[in-house]
Amino acid sequence: MREVAIVAFAQTVHTDHDTGLTEPELLHPVIEEVRAKSGLRHFGFTCSGSCDYLAGAPFSFVSALDALGAWPPISESHVEMDGAFALYEAWVRLQHGDVDSALVYGFGKTSMSDLREIMTLQLDPYYLAPLGLDQISFAGLQASARGADRAELDTIVRRSRADGRDNPYALDLPDPTPGDDGHAAPITDGAAAVVLVAGDLLANYPRLAYITGIAHRIEPHYLGMRDLARSASAADAAAAAGVGKGPVDVAELHTQFSHEEPILREALGLPAETVINPSGGPLAANPVMATGLIRVGEAAQRVMDGTARRAVAHATSGPCLQHNLVAVLSSEV
Amino acid sequence: MTVPSDVTGNSELTATHVLEFPGGYTRTTGPVIGRFLTELRDGRIVGVRTADQRTLVPPLEYDPHTGDAVTEEFVQVGPAGTVAEWVWVDSPRRNHPLDRPFAWATIKLDGADTALVHVVDAENPKAMRAGLRVRPRWRAERVGQITDIECFVPDVTKIVSPVRAEYTLKPGRALTRFLEGVRDGVFLAGHCATCDKVYVPYRLACPGCGSLIEEERQVADTGTITTFAINNLPDPRAPQVPFVSAYILLDGADTPMIALVGDVPAHEVRQGMRVRAVWVPESERTLAMSNIKWFAPTGEPDAELEN
Repeated sequence: MREVAIVAFAQTVHTDHDTGLTEPELLHPVIEEVRAKSGLRHFGFTCSGSCDYLAGAPFSFVSALDALGAWPPISESHVEMDGAFALYEAWVRLQHGDVDSALVYGFGKTSMSDLREIMTLQLDPYYLAPLGLDQISFAGLQASARGADRAELDTIVRRSRADGRDNPYALDLPDPTPGDDGHAAPITDGAAAVVLVAGDLLANYPRLAYITGIAHRIEPHYLGMRDLARSASAADAAAAAGVGKGPVDVAELHTQFSHEEPILREALGLPAETVINPSGGPLAANPVMATGLIRVGEAAQRVMDGTARRAVAHATSGPCLQHNLVAVLSSEV
Repeated sequence: MTVPSDVTGNSELTATHVLEFPGGYTRTTGPVIGRFLTELRDGRIVGVRTADQRTLVPPLEYDPHTGDAVTEEFVQVGPAGTVAEWVWVDSPRRNHPLDRPFAWATIKLDGADTALVHVVDAENPKAMRAGLRVRPRWRAERVGQITDIECFVPDVTKIVSPVRAEYTLKPGRALTRFLEGVRDGVFLAGHCATCDKVYVPYRLACPGCGSLIEEERQVADTGTITTFAINNLPDPRAPQVPFVSAYILLDGADTPMIALVGDVPAHEVRQGMRVRAVWVPESERTLAMSNIKWFAPTGEPDAELEN
């Protein structure tokens, strides 16, 4: 495999409400920031992740190109998924060997509609969507299948919110209360961007985070056809990415619900010493379609600034952790 | 770096935007899902067999584990099944299938190897459990949609039986005699010559030795509280809440009688307190215990209680 590294990461100061900025307006400063951090104005490949249903308009991601400037024509692609999966596509594109840099971004404003019901529209249209099964409900089915200890989950929420308060980009959420238990990730608007480099460009960066392994695996969509108490696909992706080949200082997990943390921790085989979601994770800020990419960026940032030698990032897509991506980031190849 | 936290000036400028496919979005079903929905319209639930003879319900076109195409063999399953996982919805959302609290559940229909995601109409979460047996409640008008099953309902495991019978009661000789005394403003007791004990209310036989009680005695309408309870639940026989019911050992009696205590705050009632019956006016008295409104403190010093 060709060596690929993350050299720049930026994210918005996420908000729990619509500040009045359009998606391109949210995105533009973030793109400018990674351009400045990487010293690159142009990229061999550009890939984004977003969801048209969030904006309620087809091809809404096309307007986001206004934030980067696409003239002269650029080589660009998009996934109707979290930006972490766009990062995977960019990593694959860099494996071709003909380009050495890639810009990846993701963005989402969940404040504009009812996210719980928007996620119903993302379900199988024959068997699940007509029932009106919403995001909280299917997450509840998984929490029930897992049978997680409530006190353990409360501790996860408390820790995530406390870490989020220390993170200038995450929401400033109080300790949970019975009326605001925080087990579901908050409604959030935001965006994030990452720059990947390979080949000769690697030598330009004294601080970088190598992607030493990256893989994604998927399970059946239909909830009745899998064991919701476990994440077989996350375990397979972690094995393929080589998570277990060394110690993991930090893991940033795409946990949109508190019960997903024990499931993922088990699937990724993370030991007790691994610090989970020091950024606060999605329970402290969940700009849907950027949240997974932020996990990769946060993990990479810790490697780049030297606070972690080896970090794991996880991103997910689909109901109840259907599709999972795992990346290992390291200061060494 | 930061982006502007709020765009000033125009932040109140909003518009409503609706994403909608008028009349609904038309989707073809293909032969596998189409077969399932067609059978559903006829009130049957079918699964499809995989190459390794597992039965997928609802049917998929490909075996999710192997990726192989499924066979063309459809088998009827259920309609009853067993709840695997469930989660309770206290406040149904606008798009939910029921407008009252319900459970989402994965249900393994009899004969199926996978679970169906659907709704269980149960009265409350205590009625739900893994292993619960359920059956579909079909819609009268079916169109070939997963919602042709309105919901699943638990099997019948209990019925509610109304029970009511009316009786005519007579108090018996001893109680009739006692109530005659109460009508006349006195408490009648029975004295057992063998045990030398005085029983109130009056009775015909001694509960201690079984002898016939031959002597009727009047006892005082004053006495001492031996024990009591403060009741916080309303009772049609009590004047207010909280009220105090007490064991009162009438002067001259050996057994206490249970009665209400009144004319005193509940928290001031105590063991040893001296009390006297408060009778209703003579003209209102009948053959009933309601002749005694309650017992009220006499104001005497507390009595020493034995034991």
